[in-house]
Amino acid sequence: MTAVTAGTAESTGAPGGSDAAVAAEQAAYEAVFDAAVAADERIEPRDWMPEAYRASLVRQIAQHAHSEIIGMQPEANWITRAPSLRRKAILMAKVQDEAGHGLYLYSAAETLGTSRDELLDKLHSGRQKYSSIFNYPTLTWADVGAIGWLVDGAAITNQVPLCRCSYGPYARAMVRVCKEESFHQRQGYEALLALSRGTEAQHAMAQDAVDRWWWPSLMMFGPPDAESTHTAQAMAWKIKRHSNDELRQRFVDIAVPQAEALGLTLPDPDLRWNEERGHYDFGPIDWTEFWDVLKGNGPCNDQRLSKRRQAHEDGAWVREAAAAYAEKHTGTHGEAQA
Amino acid sequence: MSTPTTHEAAAFAGAALALGDDALVLSQRLGEWAGAAPVLEEEVALANIALDLLGQARVLLSLAGDEDELAFLREERSFRNVQLVEQPNGDFAHTIARQLYFSTYQRLLYGQLAAGDGPFSGLAAKAVKEVAYHQDHAEHWTLRLGDGTAESHDRMQRACDALWRYTGELFQPVDGLDLDHEALESAWLASVTDVLGRATITLPSGPRTGAWAAGAGRQGLHTESFGRMLAEMQHLHRSHPGATW
Repeated sequence: MTAVTAGTAESTGAPGGSDAAVAAEQAAYEAVFDAAVAADERIEPRDWMPEAYRASLVRQIAQHAHSEIIGMQPEANWITRAPSLRRKAILMAKVQDEAGHGLYLYSAAETLGTSRDELLDKLHSGRQKYSSIFNYPTLTWADVGAIGWLVDGAAITNQVPLCRCSYGPYARAMVRVCKEESFHQRQGYEALLALSRGTEAQHAMAQDAVDRWWWPSLMMFGPPDAESTHTAQAMAWKIKRHSNDELRQRFVDIAVPQAEALGLTLPDPDLRWNEERGHYDFGPIDWTEFWDVLKGNGPCNDQRLSKRRQAHEDGAWVREAAAAYAEKHTGTHGEAQA
Repeated sequence: MSTPTTHEAAAFAGAALALGDDALVLSQRLGEWAGAAPVLEEEVALANIALDLLGQARVLLSLAGDEDELAFLREERSFRNVQLVEQPNGDFAHTIARQLYFSTYQRLLYGQLAAGDGPFSGLAAKAVKEVAYHQDHAEHWTLRLGDGTAESHDRMQRACDALWRYTGELFQPVDGLDLDHEALESAWLASVTDVLGRATITLPSGPRTGAWAAGAGRQGLHTESFGRMLAEMQHLHRSHPGATW
């Protein structure tokens, strides 16, 4: 979208213009924005956009970026213990990709006028969230495989439609993120397959991990449509393309045959194919657990956030040194940031 | 098979093991940083360096035997890495000082090996490109920390001093590596002296080897923290004998 360009929404009021003139101008901008969204055109950083659209995007992109960097922790937990050098290399590369995704996403948020520092502050002070799934622990090596298969699988189901999100920088970041995520998902599946077909102890480890990660993975799509506070507006703005329940169903339909191929069971006695609907039916999700974890009562909420804060605090002197050095040698902050 | 050939083969495997263990152990240490780096860009950079080293380790260990058997089933006394790479991460300055000392050595070592026509020349030609980046990364951080704030300067100085005593071992001759060790050492010293000078860090003046430990790592003598590092690295693999992953 390029027809109407304004630095920020605040700059729309013409100095000294009457209230009526300002309102008319605002309405004109909105009409152009609405038409662009309706025509599936991309909104770009310099285009005018409603403040609520901007705020909603910042909230979503920040949450996504935070999830990438908090999500490094449960997997990094196994880098030093990976059971073969090949698996260690795969896991290290995956955790590195997540840091890279964090970088793209914080950059996408910066195009909306919000700095990485500001967003990290909000994460560290608990004012912004990350995906609740990372508040569950990785207790065995099989959890690394289960995260790849189920958690990354659910994330991809959520994220592929975001490649067509109405906001250009976010959509473009998601194209790359999704490519890498699908690679991770295949690696996770393959790691679980090796366990499932391995020794009895390895098979049991894989089954235990799937039993623990299945339900939290279904919760990753968010509350049921009827209770989702953000869905309707996000869909109208084409930030989001499908409802939580639609995406959850899509994920279940893909995962069930994959579990069969893995030789593992899913911990849901109500799971069965419904010929009439053309989908798998599944049992009720324990939303009490979901809200409880979201409120901070998950097994690792404190641990994840403390570790993140600690890393940030421990790194303060390094960032200060980089800034001081850049200032001395170039007169600017140059590459020193965050 | 004649005796010299057998000796050459054993020396080749021994040299591959020494260089492979260096890369494996440093990669393992750098892997401990994941999720705890001072800034997101460094999460990417440290993981990248760790991955390069792990890649080198896998190639080298495979020349000496089965990579996983060698990595996971040897006892501490059978590892042939220098003690420098097993030193705990410490703060970011310690990690950078360790990187500076070791990557400068690796760049010169692989440079020499790549220029020769020995059995490691092909591998070294690829590795030298990777370690040139590692050295560049370490050099830039040494400058930023050394010439940054008063606190970063002190930390960097302490780190360079603390690790200095592990640098002499880098230049002990390794059977199977056709190297000019004196040239390697003088080039290393010149490079490190130059970087530390530009970083306003005083060149450490203490001994470059411990009292009884000259060449120790290459002979399987390690420091106390190494056993714990191995315990963590090996426990899962060892808990499932014969399993494939």
